[in-house]
Amino acid sequence: MAALTREETEALIQEVLEVYPEQARKDRAKHLAVNDQSVEKSNKCITSNRKSQPGVMTIRGCAYAGSKGVVWGPIKDMIHISHGPVGCGQYSRAGRRNYYVGTTGVNAFGTMNFTSDFQEKDIVFGGDKKLAKIMHEIEELFPLNKGISIQSECPIGLIGDDIEAVAKKANKEIGKPVVPVRCEGFRGVSQSLGHHIANDAIRDWVLENRDGDDSFPTTPYDVAVIGDYNIGGDAWASRTLLEEMGLRVVAQWSGDGTIAEMEKTPKVKLNLIHCYRSMNYIARHMEEKYKIPWIEYNFFGPTKIAESLRKIASHFDETIMAGAEKVILKYQAEYDAVIAKYKPRLQGKRVMLYVGGLRPRHVIGAYEDLGMEVVGTGYEFGHNDDYDRTIKEMGNATLIYDDVTGYEFEEFVKRVQPDLIGSGIKEKYIFQKMGIPFRQMHSWDYSGPYHGYDGFAIFARDMDMTLNNPCWKQVKVPWKKDESPSIAIAASA
Amino acid sequence: MPSVMLKKNTEGKLVFYVPKKDLEEVAESIEFDKPDKWGGEVLLSDGSKYYFEPMDEQPDFPITLRAKRLDSGE
Ligand code: SF4
Repeated sequence: MAALTREETEALIQEVLEVYPEQARKDRAKHLAVNDQSVEKSNKCITSNRKSQPGVMTIRGCAYAGSKGVVWGPIKDMIHISHGPVGCGQYSRAGRRNYYVGTTGVNAFGTMNFTSDFQEKDIVFGGDKKLAKIMHEIEELFPLNKGISIQSECPIGLIGDDIEAVAKKANKEIGKPVVPVRCEGFRGVSQSLGHHIANDAIRDWVLENRDGDDSFPTTPYDVAVIGDYNIGGDAWASRTLLEEMGLRVVAQWSGDGTIAEMEKTPKVKLNLIHCYRSMNYIARHMEEKYKIPWIEYNFFGPTKIAESLRKIASHFDETIMAGAEKVILKYQAEYDAVIAKYKPRLQGKRVMLYVGGLRPRHVIGAYEDLGMEVVGTGYEFGHNDDYDRTIKEMGNATLIYDDVTGYEFEEFVKRVQPDLIGSGIKEKYIFQKMGIPFRQMHSWDYSGPYHGYDGFAIFARDMDMTLNNPCWKQVKVPWKKDESPSIAIAASA
Repeated sequence: MPSVMLKKNTEGKLVFYVPKKDLEEVAESIEFDKPDKWGGEVLLSDGSKYYFEPMDEQPDFPITLRAKRLDSGE
């Protein structure tokens, strides 16, 4: 299908908005836009980070998900208590596939679920005593833990428990960091505020722990990788490149990360930010307090990787700059071969994306490296600054949708007819049943890594495997009545 | 009176960041920008104006300062 013109795209948005009652239509209209590269500031064309409309199907999560699920959860040597009823932690347990090295249950705890399992009496009489008891239980059962974080679920904020007091007391008793995080699910409009709250908790309870302690030997090439959650091994595929160019990666935030690494981060020379949305706050704080500059980088697809490696290297001396060139050259044969193999199979295919807070813009380059085109994109919980950074990455007259509703997304897809959709698990089965190839772009559909050169090879293979899978031709949607034999048989049975 | 995070970008220009509003803008002009006097009215590239209490020396960027919003610029 040919690409839509600007007028057609605008008409499509109007048509989709039609079904809403007036008030909702007015509100949703602000979240849908046709991309215009000449616009400098996104707030002129799109509104983001607002409360979702009641009654629509939103795909967002809660602040607890942003803190426990994204920022704190992957810190592997700490125990993160999902404080409150059991469900919030249990239903999200290990879902993000943050890989780590360690022995689970002994010195690493990433995939386990710890909860204070609130019952009625805890809500009525308060859960502070229980929480205090849990800390000691943890110490006894898992003595190799390096600290505890308390991730508040909704009820904690509602009943007003004083988790800070419990944390301070426990910290004195067990002599390890105990971090209370006020990330109750009802705060904010999406998981985004949870990231911010989690960042603030790190700032207030962790970052200063080694101020004035110079026992850690530093080098001029120390960096920290911030905002890489090692999904399917992403951070590992990134870290090797940085090390090969001569840098020393002191800390990984927070995929396969440890609390000791976080405490040492104020000693690095440069912070490298991958997921801007979830960790820019702490980077800005370190810039102000410790004068550590930070830069954003993008390790999706060879074009962006080379760009990023050079940008990172430009903050160091010639040896690192030469190192970057060496790395780019070293892998060239590899990624050229990947492109030679998959580009002919994927050339010209059109993709629609709808992901969280970074990938809607970061993966565009990787698709373009394979000759594909991104024709629609949007964020679950992006802010203005994310859209500012997206406008230039996207083609003119493409669709941009913020906090898209289930209905809008389906309608857009029906009309735009993309060859591939990259979104989350809640969207996956709807579109697969519509017969459209789909990749789950939050946890890489049980695959990965997708970062770095190694990741690009896997990314390309996965896209090909999904898109060119013969199964899509077998899927007939029920409302398209045709002479498909399987339907005829089913009807006659 | 929003708190504003200020830093210099690679071109030496002042970058404005207001966390609560996700506002990230480059400053077009600063009323006083001398070694011995800094502050006053700051005009951002989106047209909005802010006011910083003038001080007797250049602040040590990056730094968070309080500013007064003068007009919306819309
Ligand atoms: S909104 Fe509240 S109850 Fe629901 S998952 Fe989040 S923290 Fe738990």
